[in-house]
Amino acid sequence: MTSLWTIFASFLKIGAFTFGGGYAMIPLIEAEMIQKRGWLTREEFINQLTIAQSIPGPIALNTAVFVGYKTRGVKGALSALVGVVIPSFFIILLIATCFTEFKDNAVVAAAFKGMRPAVVALIAAPLIGMAKGMSWWKIALALAVSVVIWLLGVSPIWFIFVGALVGIGWSFRPEGGSEVRKEEKEL
Amino acid sequence: MIYLQLFLAYLKIGFFGFGGGYAMISLIYNEVVVQHGWLTAAQLADVAAISQMTPGPIAINCATYVGYTVTGNVWGSLLATGAVCLPSLTLMMLATRFYFKLRGNRHFAGAMAGMQPMMIGLILSSALMLFGESTFIDWKSWLIFAGCFVASVRRVNPILLILLSALVGIVCYV
Repeated sequence: MTSLWTIFASFLKIGAFTFGGGYAMIPLIEAEMIQKRGWLTREEFINQLTIAQSIPGPIALNTAVFVGYKTRGVKGALSALVGVVIPSFFIILLIATCFTEFKDNAVVAAAFKGMRPAVVALIAAPLIGMAKGMSWWKIALALAVSVVIWLLGVSPIWFIFVGALVGIGWSFRPEGGSEVRKEEKEL
Repeated sequence: MIYLQLFLAYLKIGFFGFGGGYAMISLIYNEVVVQHGWLTAAQLADVAAISQMTPGPIAINCATYVGYTVTGNVWGSLLATGAVCLPSLTLMMLATRFYFKLRGNRHFAGAMAGMQPMMIGLILSSALMLFGESTFIDWKSWLIFAGCFVASVRRVNPILLILLSALVGIVCYV
């Protein structure tokens, strides 16, 4: 059985290096959880991301809870959550108490000028892997959704909701079962 | 009763904050600046800036920071941070349980398949939003982006990429 300590330590590492929001942790999760430890399959990970988006709360927390809960139940979920939160908690506490001028520091500012484009790359790169094997119209739909959210600022939850409804509706047609299962395999 | 107010405000932020990060800012603004006046708008902008420079979700960073500034001690931080995590913890455990029970069901699989292109679109939109900000300041930023993109597709360790890009930033921009 996976020890709670291993779960905690893995998410501590992920929490310490996730800059620029939850999606930047996708490559970290892939390397640590899927390839190195085998805690998740790729299909579970893709489904997990979808679930994390449809549940309130930061993506990073939701992902930690999913993986922790899957491996060791409630205790696992708590270990993962505490692990992913601790780095930001202590760093912010340190800044709030001692280094209020942190953000005006020239070296810190320069480091972040270098890291910002890297974070965009870390968010965008896994999409290549996810789009592989998807039908062209799904990729076109994903592109359209991203542009509408980006330019019009529509709340993402509506797209998730409509996607779920359409998917459920589609699964009710007579030969629906086999078709959906085939698509699931493609993921 | 400042502790109770803090707890309830961050519970609310955790509970209604869909879509993570930047979608949460307006919610945080409403609670922290408009409703309770714990921070001024300028202070919240500072917290958001610090948040982008430190690891972790912005909701957590903000909870830790505001919890400390409002109460003047670590317990305030801990309380606010715990409150913002609570909805995630409980709802996500329920959803995970639900997922593993239902995943063989054809209609549930249909819903997941229908949400999948949306999920990818959402991630792409968050990358696009970062394009709009002050991320790409010169050709060196584009070079860092291109290098990290190719390296990440080729599965180079992401922690290494973060550290290297910070180093390149210090060398290029100090």
